[in-house]
Amino acid sequence: MYAQMIKTAGTGVKSRDDMTPEEAAFQDRIDADIKIEPKDWMPDDYRATLIRQIGQHAHSEIVGQLPEGNWITRAPTLERKAILLAKVQDEAGHGLYLYCAAETLGISRDELTEDLLSGKMKYSSIFNYPTLNWADIGAVGWLVDGAAIMNQVPLQRTSYGPYSRAMIRICKEESFHQRQGYDIMMKMAQGTEAQKKMAQDALNRFWYPSLMMFGPSDKESVHSAQSMAWKIKIDSNDELRQRFVDQTVPQAEYLGLTIPDENLKWNEEKGGYDFSEPDWTEFFNVLKGKGPCNTERMNARVQAWEDGKWVRDGLLAHARKRAARKVAAE
Amino acid sequence: MSADLFEFLCRMGDNTLILGHRVSEWCGHSPVLEEDIALANTALDLIGQTQLWLGLAGEVEGQGRSADDLAFLRDAWDFRNVLLVELPNGDFGQTLMRQFLFDAWQELMLGALKESSDARVAEIAEKASKEVAYHVERSGDTVIGLGDGTEESHQRMQAALDYLYPYVGEMFESDAVDAAMAKAGIAPDPASLRDAYDARLAQVMAEATLSIPDDRFAHAGGRTGRMHTEHLGHILSTMQWLQRAYPGATW
Repeated sequence: MYAQMIKTAGTGVKSRDDMTPEEAAFQDRIDADIKIEPKDWMPDDYRATLIRQIGQHAHSEIVGQLPEGNWITRAPTLERKAILLAKVQDEAGHGLYLYCAAETLGISRDELTEDLLSGKMKYSSIFNYPTLNWADIGAVGWLVDGAAIMNQVPLQRTSYGPYSRAMIRICKEESFHQRQGYDIMMKMAQGTEAQKKMAQDALNRFWYPSLMMFGPSDKESVHSAQSMAWKIKIDSNDELRQRFVDQTVPQAEYLGLTIPDENLKWNEEKGGYDFSEPDWTEFFNVLKGKGPCNTERMNARVQAWEDGKWVRDGLLAHARKRAARKVAAE
Repeated sequence: MSADLFEFLCRMGDNTLILGHRVSEWCGHSPVLEEDIALANTALDLIGQTQLWLGLAGEVEGQGRSADDLAFLRDAWDFRNVLLVELPNGDFGQTLMRQFLFDAWQELMLGALKESSDARVAEIAEKASKEVAYHVERSGDTVIGLGDGTEESHQRMQAALDYLYPYVGEMFESDAVDAAMAKAGIAPDPASLRDAYDARLAQVMAEATLSIPDDRFAHAGGRTGRMHTEHLGHILSTMQWLQRAYPGATW
């Protein structure tokens, strides 16, 4: 998933005794796996937390176009160019479904956009890393989409109906993207020496930032309990990270690439790999705007929004003129 | 005949390749999310059409060149696209005006090619014309919306039309290749499409409250390869870089 460090609104999980009758009925529905729909009553904190989470996910899809778009004009074959264009088009489409899901909670896409551009809302840390060689496009599909799927598959069962339905559509497309990314990596890993070098370089740079996508360790995630009780967070950060590592290591071995972690080792007892933690200082720096591409990404989005103002205004003015002419004709 | 047919197919495929490249430069930078989706979709259609036109060109040439070889391993003097499609994107209005001016031509051209005596050409035209019907509807509506929008959007669209109109005429030029295609019933004489094009343009620009320039002067040289703009070399140096830097690699 593309949402990290979502601060859950409220003061923590309430005991049954502390809940109002409305809150108790709401929690009963969630516990019975009945979806919450836009017109249903919901606690303000549930609504606020979901807006943060869905909004951050939507922003990530939009900003995520930039590192991949960086290679569309340089894609090495017509087929790769077409696949990448289709993928980036899908990401923009995901952004659209998610903004629509957020709108059902009473916030407009323009308000969310303003919050992104002012820095009030965030997007996933991963998109603040650069795509430097063609294998990065493979690594983004394989690792970044792979990590996103790991988080989004459980969210198909999330308690909020519109979010759950958006996730079901998105997961289908993300799985396809991940396979395409892995296919690029296969070609590179089986290719010339230069291509192998590109593939290894991409893995070296994207490995730890991909692990960071799941957010800090459970010990640090003080807000998770309420989000889990509300079923807007299903698994813990560490569970998902472990699952991702266990899935990815054999894939890297199959490619003949080396994961950049000397401590990586199969642990028979836990039935999973032991691995090194990413550098959390780097992670928090990226969140604070000090990643390699934060400034470029934000500038690109701000510029697109400002340069596009005359277009949005023009089309709106035209739509109003047409509506007025229609009324006049009737 | 096969040399003329090869030339004709390169003209079709190079138009879609270079325009697809230009449109794809917008990725992630457009004024509104729906436009990001629409621009990526348009570029994707154009690249798909390129695979078909240049694939057939390579087959007709019979020297074992694939669509990728033609796209990535020819130099500027071998490209046969019209100058219009290699012009820079400019602002969003200029991009959509360029798109409409091309789409309106492409719709007429493909409509005629559906009746081509060459079944392979007719088949590509059949498929592409479905996509282009959507492109021209969208670009036409956007030109109308922005032309007849605010004062600023109107001025920008008029400036875009004034800048791009001198590149329209090249799409209707005829030379010996076109004569050979017309004679064989493979493709129409481009000049024969001009009246229908002018009528479409007049209708859309009237609705957009924009004035078509009186001067019909036309820059030319792209579709014959005689003289491209300076922009094409930069497009190719980006597009072809990986194939040129790592010859023989499989991607």
